[in-house]
Amino acid sequence: MSIDRLHPFLCAVVLLVSLALSPLSRGALTIEIVGSGATQFPIAVVSFRAEEGLAQPLSRIVAADLQRSGLFRLVDAGGMNPVPHEPAQLNYEQWRARGADAVVIGSVSRLPDGRYDVRFRLMDSVKQTQLAGYVYYARADNLRLVAHKIADLIYEKLTGEAGVFATRITYIVERGKRFELQVADADGYNSQTVLASNEPIISPAWSPDGLQIAYVSFEQKKPIVYVQSLVTGQRRAVARHWGSNSAPAWSPDGKRLAVVLTKDGGSQIYLVNSADGGNVTRLTYTTAIDTEPNFSPDGRHLLFTSDRSGGPQIYRMPVTGGHAERLTFEGTYNVTPRYSPDGKSFTFIQRSGTQFNVAVQDFATRQLQVLTDGGVDESPTFAPNGKLILYATGTRGRGVLSAVSSDGRIKQRLTADAGDVREPAWGPLQK
Amino acid sequence: MKRLLLSVLMVGLIAACGTTPKEKEGAAVEDRKPSGEAVDRPGVKPAESQPLQDKPYAGGPLKDPSNILSKRSVYFEFDSNIVKDEYKPMVSAHARYLQQNGGAKMRIEGNADERGSREYNLALGQRRADAVRQMMQLLGARSVQIETVSFGEEKPRGLGHDEASWAENRRADIVYQGE
Repeated sequence: MSIDRLHPFLCAVVLLVSLALSPLSRGALTIEIVGSGATQFPIAVVSFRAEEGLAQPLSRIVAADLQRSGLFRLVDAGGMNPVPHEPAQLNYEQWRARGADAVVIGSVSRLPDGRYDVRFRLMDSVKQTQLAGYVYYARADNLRLVAHKIADLIYEKLTGEAGVFATRITYIVERGKRFELQVADADGYNSQTVLASNEPIISPAWSPDGLQIAYVSFEQKKPIVYVQSLVTGQRRAVARHWGSNSAPAWSPDGKRLAVVLTKDGGSQIYLVNSADGGNVTRLTYTTAIDTEPNFSPDGRHLLFTSDRSGGPQIYRMPVTGGHAERLTFEGTYNVTPRYSPDGKSFTFIQRSGTQFNVAVQDFATRQLQVLTDGGVDESPTFAPNGKLILYATGTRGRGVLSAVSSDGRIKQRLTADAGDVREPAWGPLQK
Repeated sequence: MKRLLLSVLMVGLIAACGTTPKEKEGAAVEDRKPSGEAVDRPGVKPAESQPLQDKPYAGGPLKDPSNILSKRSVYFEFDSNIVKDEYKPMVSAHARYLQQNGGAKMRIEGNADERGSREYNLALGQRRADAVRQMMQLLGARSVQIETVSFGEEKPRGLGHDEASWAENRRADIVYQGE
């Protein structure tokens, strides 16, 4: 694995919105990892100076993120005297002797305004150079996010791919008669309830900017599509037509939603404005079921599920409608297509006997790979770097979220402390 | 106002970032004025949904247990939306009621068993509800009197994970307005 030397400082813009946190559920999901990458990068993450007083030591969050990816092997970072926090304190020979090709060091200090100054460096112990260094300023309740951003930077420097530790996921939790739409960090921590209802909620979908979620709620005794702002909590019905309204999917520019309406008879695919539900444009004209639309990353095509040939299969059509090309031919039940972020492949669910497995298919080669086995899997969703696919699995009433690497090598299981968790959707990279 | 404030902050941040010179490779963190990143993700503000209040039952033949109109459920075979013969007298009776009571309106709620995709199952439930509606319209009910919707697999009556529960959930229910 090559180590690129890149700018130690990056510039990013993060929203500076000061909004009081509502009383929120803080139930954590815990993660189990099965399998590992073909090669694992050996790295040591040293405790940061003055992090012991924090609720969650940052170095441990960073280390857990890296380990969870399956692409890193954590080298024991304890027992060094002094504990290095600055490059000058690093004895590279000792770290190399421990087998660590890279060492992460850092420190935390409290600023006069109450925020924290967190700085870290990623050091190459072989070349004895700095690969990355960065300073963050954050309130105490954003320190986990800082740790995830540090892990993202390390991941990016050492693998060449964008990290997704600082991203968020959404999913539905059912507890008895209560349904909750929740948002959590990608590691399952910091879960917050976006909507609570005593009627079902399904099909949450992130807006491309990560600030809104579209979903289907049954609270008015029929399925209606809403869009809700995560910032203000305000929401609006964007598809509330005669009959059923469901399966929202965002266009890459965030202006349009593909939805499934039955107002003209049968389940058919339409486009509506995401702002107000206006400019309703019908895309499919069949007597079959056409559902589960999903936009290509370039916004030019839609994948969808249709049973126009008998059983449900995956099709692709231009976003303007017109000819639809059938893409799946193996098996009698292929559903829930979702594009990969690079648009070169798609993931979906394939039934095999009584099992429902996560599969990926390449557009160019049409090669199909089944990534999971032995379960009842649903709702696959790509991480924004394309490296992982999050999905729901398990028996009804005790559903859990799992993730599999897009090559099938690494599997993670996120288990909730209570309830039935399902319908995951992975949010976009945070700019 | 909040949006405006947000925009101003964003513009300020972008401007600040744009003028921040990139650090040279390997330079020490402390060598410069702190030019790092302010990390401040807002919390999520929740909304509460507003469930409809159940209205009191309408009286009359629709409630009378000895009247066929009190029967409301049509059951379907696996992967089928064909209304079986045993349900045709009941569907006909409801169609007649709609024909004779021009102001009456109903909702037919389709359901599906839990196996497979939730959205595809929503569409299967819709297809079942539509099949019942089509039969009623052929028998004289007007289309404006019947709204068909689907609950898919989301509101199961049978709570088990076996064929008995699945059969119970492959169903369309008739609900009159006001019930």
